[in-house]
Amino acid sequence: MNKTIITVVGKDTVGIIAKVCTYLADNNINILDISQTIVQDYFNMMMIVDMNNSQKKFGTIADELEEVGKGIGVMIKCQQEDIFNSMHRI
Amino acid sequence: MINMFEVNETNDMIEKENLDVRTITLGISLLDCIDSDVDKVCENIYRKIKEKAANLVEAGEMISREFGIPIVNKRISVTPIALVGGASCKTSDDFVKIAKTLDKVAKEVGVNFLGGYSALVSKDMTHADELLIRSIPKALSETERICSSVNLGSTKTGINMDAVRLIGEIVKETAELTKEDDSLGCAKLVVFCNAPDDNPFMAGAFHGVTEGDCVINVGVSGPGVVKNALEKVRGESFEVLCETIKKTAFKVTRVGQLVAKEASRVLNVPFGIVDLSLAPTPAIGDSVADILCEIGLEYAGAPGTTAALALLNDQVKKGGVMASSCVGGLSGAFIPVSEDQGMINAVNAGALTIEKLEAMTCVCSVGLDMIAIPGDTKATTISGIIADEMAIGMVNQKTTAVRIIPVIGKGVGETVEFGGLLGYAPIMPVNNFSCDAFVNRKGRIPAPVHSFKN
Repeated sequence: MNKTIITVVGKDTVGIIAKVCTYLADNNINILDISQTIVQDYFNMMMIVDMNNSQKKFGTIADELEEVGKGIGVMIKCQQEDIFNSMHRI
Repeated sequence: MINMFEVNETNDMIEKENLDVRTITLGISLLDCIDSDVDKVCENIYRKIKEKAANLVEAGEMISREFGIPIVNKRISVTPIALVGGASCKTSDDFVKIAKTLDKVAKEVGVNFLGGYSALVSKDMTHADELLIRSIPKALSETERICSSVNLGSTKTGINMDAVRLIGEIVKETAELTKEDDSLGCAKLVVFCNAPDDNPFMAGAFHGVTEGDCVINVGVSGPGVVKNALEKVRGESFEVLCETIKKTAFKVTRVGQLVAKEASRVLNVPFGIVDLSLAPTPAIGDSVADILCEIGLEYAGAPGTTAALALLNDQVKKGGVMASSCVGGLSGAFIPVSEDQGMINAVNAGALTIEKLEAMTCVCSVGLDMIAIPGDTKATTISGIIADEMAIGMVNQKTTAVRIIPVIGKGVGETVEFGGLLGYAPIMPVNNFSCDAFVNRKGRIPAPVHSFKN
């Protein structure tokens, strides 16, 4: 499986990164890169992760991460890296 | 490595600017379903589509999930039914039987439209072609998901005016039979000049006889993305304007290429073409007319509209050509009236008429599309409008089409509601001076002189 991009957007609060990372660790998903900023109180994070060793299917992980996001009031989106590579790299 | 700016740009296009994969269309050849017994043909068709399209909807949803981009429609196109049913259908009702089989299997595999209830009669009609055309009103009124198309002319053959005359009556009859639903049947019937070999776009979709057994075609759309990009270059020169459209078209088409490749892999079906069509939907911000306004017009239809549309269409094609290995010939801007809020506003403001739309079709894909006209319009007048549009296609060596809806029981100033992606439309006035004597002549308009090129 290719690399996956996880984006987290929403109002800043305590423990967003902790909750997301805990989920990833529990599911054996390795984080390759994180970048994060806060723009006008809005939390904006992008992670590049490797899901190759996870037991779960991509769709399941994406659904569960969305649920984790709902729990802390942020939007979490999970996408294969290919869509960004296709659009921005020749 | 991909950076945050690029990720956000892509996701903004999807979430805020309505970038979507408009459709994945699976083309299926039904030539091997031909038999001399109509019931056997229906059985063969049912079995083949059921087998080939079993995973289409599921695959579409999986790909949508993986890349986080909506895939709005999953559809099927089939070999023109006039060819498939030619050997077995002795009456129009036999063709309707096939239409019902197609409708049933479309529902079972979960696609929202199935195209290919078609006849190709650009030069003349066979007996089967005529039976199919005469069955269209009944077929469209008794099915839900079937789309029908007829090719009436081409640059090489001229315009089959006998078929044009017949289609005028068929359009009226279809409107009459579906009058309970605001003549919705006519929204599923499109006529062409220079129909391409294979066409994945509803309502005119059919699987070409020159294609293989199965093929996957993908259409991407995102008028909102182009409009948004143009907002950032207000007041700049044409060079900057064109460059911006081209770059945006490139990015959007690349997404289509990715989805097409993935769908082809998952379904194990060869990949045909990617089309970037700026196809509007009734959603706010998903409008081609809004792009024209952003280029600098008060309303679509104002002087300059044809030039602006020509520029837009050309740049979209240029951006798309580099983005995909097989970009489709119909890439460009679509200008349906009912599906585009900006177009509806223009009609209501009095800026846009059928005559201006006709001029616009000279420079864009594809033709007079989703135009509601008064229900008491004569069949010959409809044939006249169709003949004009066919002539534009024939002389300019381009594909043109007409999808026009005479709404029974309604007149100019009233509005018709089709619902869903088809939207709503104000009823537009038609030039009612008679063309009866012209349309009632028999035969065909010969091909223009440049058809002799060889």
